[in-house]
Amino acid sequence: MGLLAVIWLPFVVFKTNRIMPGEPRGLQQVLSEWTALGLQAVLLLTAAVAVGVADAKRRLIAALAAVIVLALAVAAAANALTPAGNKVVRVAPGAASWLLLICLGLLATDAITRMRPGPLVRVLLLVLALAAAGAALAVGTFDHLSVMREYAGNASRFPLELWRHIWLAGGSLLAAVLVGLPLGILCHRAPRLQGPLLGTLNIIQTIPAIALFGILMAPLGALAARVPAAAALGIRGIGAAPAVVALFLYSLLPIVANTVVGLRRVSHAAVDAAFGVGMTPWQVLRGIELPLALPVIITGIRVVLVQNIGMVTVAALIGGGGLGTFVFQGIGQTAIDLVLLGAIPIVVLAFSASVMLDALVEVLDRSPSGAPESTS
Amino acid sequence: MIQIEGLTKQYGATTVVDAVSFNIERNSIAVIVGTSGSGKSTLLRMINRLVEPTAGRVLLDGADTRSEPAHLLRRRIGYAIQGHGLFPHRTVAENVATVPRLLGWPEERIRSRVQELLEIFQLDPGLYADALPHQLSGGQQQRVGVARALAAEPGVLLMDEPFGALDPIIRAKAQEDLLGIQRRFGTTMVLVTHDMDEAFRLGHRVAVMRQGQLLQYDRPAVLLTHPSDPFVARMTGLTDRAMKLLALTTAGEAALPGGSDGPCVASSASLRDVLSELLWSGAASALVLGEDGSPRGQLPVAAILARGRP
Repeated sequence: MGLLAVIWLPFVVFKTNRIMPGEPRGLQQVLSEWTALGLQAVLLLTAAVAVGVADAKRRLIAALAAVIVLALAVAAAANALTPAGNKVVRVAPGAASWLLLICLGLLATDAITRMRPGPLVRVLLLVLALAAAGAALAVGTFDHLSVMREYAGNASRFPLELWRHIWLAGGSLLAAVLVGLPLGILCHRAPRLQGPLLGTLNIIQTIPAIALFGILMAPLGALAARVPAAAALGIRGIGAAPAVVALFLYSLLPIVANTVVGLRRVSHAAVDAAFGVGMTPWQVLRGIELPLALPVIITGIRVVLVQNIGMVTVAALIGGGGLGTFVFQGIGQTAIDLVLLGAIPIVVLAFSASVMLDALVEVLDRSPSGAPESTS
Repeated sequence: MIQIEGLTKQYGATTVVDAVSFNIERNSIAVIVGTSGSGKSTLLRMINRLVEPTAGRVLLDGADTRSEPAHLLRRRIGYAIQGHGLFPHRTVAENVATVPRLLGWPEERIRSRVQELLEIFQLDPGLYADALPHQLSGGQQQRVGVARALAAEPGVLLMDEPFGALDPIIRAKAQEDLLGIQRRFGTTMVLVTHDMDEAFRLGHRVAVMRQGQLLQYDRPAVLLTHPSDPFVARMTGLTDRAMKLLALTTAGEAALPGGSDGPCVASSASLRDVLSELLWSGAASALVLGEDGSPRGQLPVAAILARGRP
């Protein structure tokens, strides 16, 4: 076994931490011998746990510990490779690090799925993970990594663009909920409307984002030119206005469709009984139909929010701002680290939104809506 | 008293209920029976205006039901349906309290009424008040459905196949309970079913419907002995109509003076059950006992057989 490990070890070590994109470095080239060996030992141990231990909790702990050790090792490598005071050198995690991160991430998600944690526990885990990452960033553990170097270069703009990203995604979602929910209820009450309305929204959904931005530029530009009040509100052919309008339009379909499906799913017997005992239509909607449809509606909102957080990125192309600015600047300058500075927070945002709304759906869906019942 | 006058419902060119008129006496149970598509449910739903009639009117204690908003009318009329229609996200107590809440009863009165109803329907409030409907058995759910319908002490209770989803044994028990409730509160009940046995068992009067038309509305015995229409005769059953007729009379009603050394039967037992007992034991007559156990008279086979002829 030991011999096998010795033969196997260098092979892995050679691939681990190929640091600097232009100039790959092996693990042992950048870290002191003992640190490198320690990392290898932790990784091997984790691999052993992944293969040999069935208990989900232990697997999760092993995966998380390995992630932390790996992150610290990458940070240490960056520190070691960066000459004191040098701000030009860029040290980024290499392919092996990313690969390891993905494997460990899979191991951790798998373990969490197997543990079937309650919705509150999942949110708690998310908050803990974000807090740990945030603390490490605040302390400056990763300051010598290339992404953080890019952050340092854009430190003044980053919070603005982050906030703008959230605002664009959330604002268009809010508008879509305010319009989509009543539309969905209307569709449910007047089924004749349903076909044409959902059809129209479906067509909008098929237009590529960038094309929709383009289509909206002309009318919004014209509006701004003709109506000074609109221009004063910040409505222009480019910028945030077409972005918000486009995202709003994209958001409508999932929200209207899920509202209709959610309302249709409500037991007919319950609705019939609600009217039969003397509830007004408004009381039936508020007291029976909406509460029972809410889990499905929130699922729609989750889809929209995650979709919006991703799509706002493209809004940067038409001057809408947001984290996409970094992504497209990075692409323009072939600076992959700048792209990551935009992309990583976007992924984290989308993931967090998804986890939190999923948990909300589960909390709301505690009471099953009962088997569909028939009345003669 | 419910007076139904020329009640008609048309959907486009289809007439679902066709000029139906009949009266339902206060404190009685009327059962509307018919095959599916006969318009019986629509007729019932026109009484509390869940369906608005195309023509005709319904008078409730002399007042036209259209003289007040539909939702206010419905709060005065109990309504229970097949598959109970309980609100799945509300507890049993909240379900039962629905109409009293709508009527704005004080919280204390609501609580004591819910408690009282759960006890009447044999649902221990300590166990079931805070349970969700899906945690209950089918029979319990059905009882909660009827309890909810009766919560605000309505004078009229409408029921659409209330026992349709129950298995035969639980259904018989539920029917028994319903008769008990009716005797206790004197509620006027209108019940829709496709089951003629259920209609005969529960109804003081039975309305037979076919294709939107009321064929006959009378006491069960009259439906058996004098069906107005071949369809009514078929619905009531041609092969065992004598046994059905016997089932409508109790031993107490048919008892003759005198004693008997045959088997003892309760005066509340139906003649059908007494005949069955006599066939089984081979005796020529039965001794009828009152509720206190004292002899009330005797019942010879011949007297029972005479009751089975129209």
